[in-house]
Amino acid sequence: MLSFIGKRLLSGIFLLLVVTSGTFFLAHVAIGDPTQGLLGNSATPAQSAALRTKIGYDDPLLVQFWNWLSHAVTGDFGKSWRSFQPVNDQLGRSIPITLSIVVFSLIISVVFGAVIGIVCGLRPGGWLDRVLKVASVVLFALPGFWISIQLVMLFAVNLKWFPSVGYVSPSVSFVGWIETITLPSISLALGAIVMIAEQLRNGFIEVANQDFVRTLRARGLPRRRVTTHVLRNASPAALTVLALMFVGLLGGAVIVELVFNMYGIGRYTQQSSQIGDIPSLLGVTAVTVAFVVVVNFLLDLVLGWVNPKVRER
Amino acid sequence: MTTAPFPTTLAPVKRVSLLRRFMRKPLGVTALVLFLIVVALAVFAPLFAKFDPNHVDFNLVHAVPGTDGHLLGGDTAGRDLYSRLLYGARTTLWGALITCVAGLVLGVPAGVSAGYFAGGTVDKVCSWISDALQSVPALIVLLVVAAGTGQSFPIMMISLGVFLAPGYYRISRARAMSVRREPYIDAARVSGMTNGRIIRTHMLRAVYAPLVVQSALTAGIAIGMQAGLQFLGIGSASTPSWGQMMNDGFINITAFPIILLWPSIILGVTIATLAFMGSTLGDLISVRAEQPTRKLRAKARQVMLTPPAAADLPTRQTSGMHAHSVEGCALRVDNLRIGYATKDGGVKEVVRGVSLDAAPGEVLGIVGESGSGKTQTSFAVLDLLPAGGTAVADGIWIAGKEVGHLPTAERAALLGREIGYVPQEPMTNLDPCYTIERQLVEPLHRVHGMSKADAAKRAREMLVRVGITDPDRVLRSYPHQISGGMAQRVLIAGAVSGRPSLLIADEPTTALDVTVQAEVLELLRELQQEYGMALMIVTHNFGVVADICDRVVVMKDGRIVETGAVERIFRNPEDPYTAELISASLDDVEGRHELDEAWSAGPTGSAGPAGHSTAHAGGEDGAR
Amino acid sequence: MSETGIDGGAPLLTVENLVVDYRISRKVRFRALKGVSITVGAGECVGLVGESGSGKSTLGRALLGLAEASEGRITFDGRDITHAKGAARRKLANDIQVVFQDPYGSLDPTMTVEEILAEPLQVTGTPKAKAKATVAEMLDRVRLPGDAVHRYPSEFSGGQRQRIAIARALVRRPRLIVCDEPVSALDLTTQATILDLFIDLQRETGVAYLFISHDLGVVRRVCHRTSVMYQGEIVESGDTHTVTGSPTDPYTRRLLLAAPVADPARQAERRAAWLGLRESA
Repeated sequence: MLSFIGKRLLSGIFLLLVVTSGTFFLAHVAIGDPTQGLLGNSATPAQSAALRTKIGYDDPLLVQFWNWLSHAVTGDFGKSWRSFQPVNDQLGRSIPITLSIVVFSLIISVVFGAVIGIVCGLRPGGWLDRVLKVASVVLFALPGFWISIQLVMLFAVNLKWFPSVGYVSPSVSFVGWIETITLPSISLALGAIVMIAEQLRNGFIEVANQDFVRTLRARGLPRRRVTTHVLRNASPAALTVLALMFVGLLGGAVIVELVFNMYGIGRYTQQSSQIGDIPSLLGVTAVTVAFVVVVNFLLDLVLGWVNPKVRER
Repeated sequence: MTTAPFPTTLAPVKRVSLLRRFMRKPLGVTALVLFLIVVALAVFAPLFAKFDPNHVDFNLVHAVPGTDGHLLGGDTAGRDLYSRLLYGARTTLWGALITCVAGLVLGVPAGVSAGYFAGGTVDKVCSWISDALQSVPALIVLLVVAAGTGQSFPIMMISLGVFLAPGYYRISRARAMSVRREPYIDAARVSGMTNGRIIRTHMLRAVYAPLVVQSALTAGIAIGMQAGLQFLGIGSASTPSWGQMMNDGFINITAFPIILLWPSIILGVTIATLAFMGSTLGDLISVRAEQPTRKLRAKARQVMLTPPAAADLPTRQTSGMHAHSVEGCALRVDNLRIGYATKDGGVKEVVRGVSLDAAPGEVLGIVGESGSGKTQTSFAVLDLLPAGGTAVADGIWIAGKEVGHLPTAERAALLGREIGYVPQEPMTNLDPCYTIERQLVEPLHRVHGMSKADAAKRAREMLVRVGITDPDRVLRSYPHQISGGMAQRVLIAGAVSGRPSLLIADEPTTALDVTVQAEVLELLRELQQEYGMALMIVTHNFGVVADICDRVVVMKDGRIVETGAVERIFRNPEDPYTAELISASLDDVEGRHELDEAWSAGPTGSAGPAGHSTAHAGGEDGAR
Repeated sequence: MSETGIDGGAPLLTVENLVVDYRISRKVRFRALKGVSITVGAGECVGLVGESGSGKSTLGRALLGLAEASEGRITFDGRDITHAKGAARRKLANDIQVVFQDPYGSLDPTMTVEEILAEPLQVTGTPKAKAKATVAEMLDRVRLPGDAVHRYPSEFSGGQRQRIAIARALVRRPRLIVCDEPVSALDLTTQATILDLFIDLQRETGVAYLFISHDLGVVRRVCHRTSVMYQGEIVESGDTHTVTGSPTDPYTRRLLLAAPVADPARQAERRAAWLGLRESA
């Protein structure tokens, strides 16, 4: 078990390293000279040269990479090339916003997804199951931002139940926080709910048709106990989807935030991308991937606990 | 030597092409038609749209639909919305095509090779890259790409394809891996095919259909993400796009919501049509059999309960007979019929009127070939038919009590108490997620109300009783850590731990090695005598019947052809089918030696050695 | 019978001290074959009997190049084929073919019978017309009607599929066919007809079989000589009549007595003998 944990942890760290360095070189190759984007078209060559020196752009690429990496491992992502404020400050402001939406939608989708999935798994062919089948097809494919725009149209503009834009920190007003993140979270969660439900339902039905379930029933076990067995066997597939979904939710949040005019990592990335602010882009990438790695790791632990065969690998 | 005669032609088969089956699905057809309309609009945009999508007319700013022949009105900058919508469709579909092709080109060859050489370096590297790509929020990296590439549309769409390639990769790898294990791939290698050729033919054939489905889904997702990027302002301003139009509309959502409406509708509809096409196709090629709806099942039950027409009577009357009185029976089944609801609302009867019984302490064998309905009969006694199955009987008695008409819950209460069940395949009949101890203790604790400690003690005793020499290790083990023979002993221990009066064993030794089979048969015999249980053993093996049974029921095509005491059946089978089955066993036939001697003595053909093979002529029939 | 083929010449196939290891993980290896020797003569049928894990299938796979030999030698028709790879191995397809157990998995479900049977011929560049004629001939040989060519495997019964698999093994007119449990997935009555077909084909074409089975009865019916395998080793070999009739090795005796016979009185005697053997062990 310990070696299993160690292996998963190491592979996560390796992934983080590969993705960030990949992004570093990709950004440098793609952007080239950043000064035009940073200073605008009116900049004189002298101004550009001064900025290049200031941000260390004249150093060889590998030196720049080493400088960035050696700081990044200590948690310092350097300074923005635009504002010269520490990237960490900006991340500290935007991440809570994005994370609020992502975590809230994750909770919504797990709760509703699990309940709907189990109900449909227990009664395949029932009305909820048929609704799920159609809903899963549509909601899985429609992008979160499209859904969020329709929700804004309906609830914020027409019904005026929710504020249409802005973000309120929970430290300012908890109710305000809930109010502002509810619509964006729901728009992200709809797709995730049907995905979890569909996965759980299919897994449930598949397991329920396996031989050992008949044998358990033949031993006289009450239905509820048998369901527990089925659920435990069906859960790994649904849990794996959960990891993919977390990534999907993070990506979806980037656009949904903009729809709701929130200054999360989506807006931050978009702006940094427009001007070619590489340290900010790297900071965002590193932190989001780190979140994904942590979530995947936790999930591996849960999977190992649920399925004894995984532990031995 | 003769060989059995064969039909000179095969029975005709009905084959329905995938396309035709797709055309029978209203949802799929609707989606296809809508999608084709969108495609047509895109392809013939210059014909359908009268106005230049980029022409700015200040009179048209926020114009309502219908103004001056502008079908949908104008946008914030005063451009014709209808034209922009049509030209936007071109952008959208072109982008989706690029993305799908990029995903296919990257994902499929890698996936098929990784699956074919599963566990090798290619597999490890490709799978790691695929996992890594799926761990990165694509939009963020795409924004990085967009930062530098001068917002080139094809490059953006190819990059998007890179992030969607894992979808293709996973599906082709999984398919290739399962196909790789099929013997036909080994056979292809043995027939001298190179790996490259096998991958190009057998492997690609196997992944082809799932890839079509995946492409429909990927195209939908690609269109959504493309619109999302355009919504963020990525992409050339001079190229009309739906995402851009949504952004324009969204900015004016309160004042001019109608501008947002058109791109929302066409984007939503296009994505939905792709999704529905994909899911309809997916349902058609899926191996997972969807269970018949409740309505169909109810209908099937109704059909089964209707008394048969007089013309059908000979084949619908009960077959088999009873040897004991109702009161003295551990098991009695009277005119059992089992049917499965079919998709077209009909019923397929797999057991068509069967009567049998067994007294306490008696071993009843149910013997027949595959498809004879012997296993279904045992499931019906347990009331554990697979989903979609319905059993109808004049009566089912367990321990002298009629239970066939009891509600489901009361039938279920007999299991584990009055009836024990030993399954065929030991390895798939234990829950892989729990230890053996947990699986043995749980029924004793929950069903028989023992304390957990007592149950654990009893479980250990039972393992010792079934001949397991290291019960403590086995109790701690998970099912995959023990052998098949051991697992079957565990299952037997579980089946008899509730001291049932009737033990139903469904091919209990078929999956086991011969030497283990003998041990398990011996164990079943011992336990049956020790507990005085009735044992109903389902088997295809007349050796097993001869070994353990007192009486035998021979089944064929869902009916009983003969019932009788075991000695009588073997000595003097009344039904020719029984005789044929018994003679098919290879115990007493001539060995190769005798066969060859007879052949070289006089290969006259008609005098095949002992006429043996001609006796089997009926064994094989036409197409299934 | 001698260790040579029926015609008394040098054996077609010779396996000497063959060792095969399977890698379970990076460090752990499992020795599936522990130095096995066997010969098959031209036109002869040699049986290989054992239970699961005895290594009988591994031996077959090693002959076919599907499992890698660690030690020992496999000689076919005087050539050392132990480590034949690539083109050399593909050339062997002319001489050595296979029939597998699973009548469902051994045919590509997406191909018609004609495509399945023509494939081994196309590999060698046989012209289409000639391939077609050969396919028709082989279908006739395995007693399937000619209109089977346009059918898919799913449209046949288990026994018929096994006939198709046998036809595929025959199209290249090989000299040896490795039969890996070819009848164990079939119903009893079908099993008997397929066994008779194997015998007939051997007489008609002179092909040799290495016949792998767990069932002594099956082996007795078709094999001239038989070897019994247990835990990666051959514990007894010889004339089938002797091996299946009066075995000397204790494991073979246990194996023989453990298989129940379809006769209550004789089975009772057998069981008593088996119990006696178990007590003494």
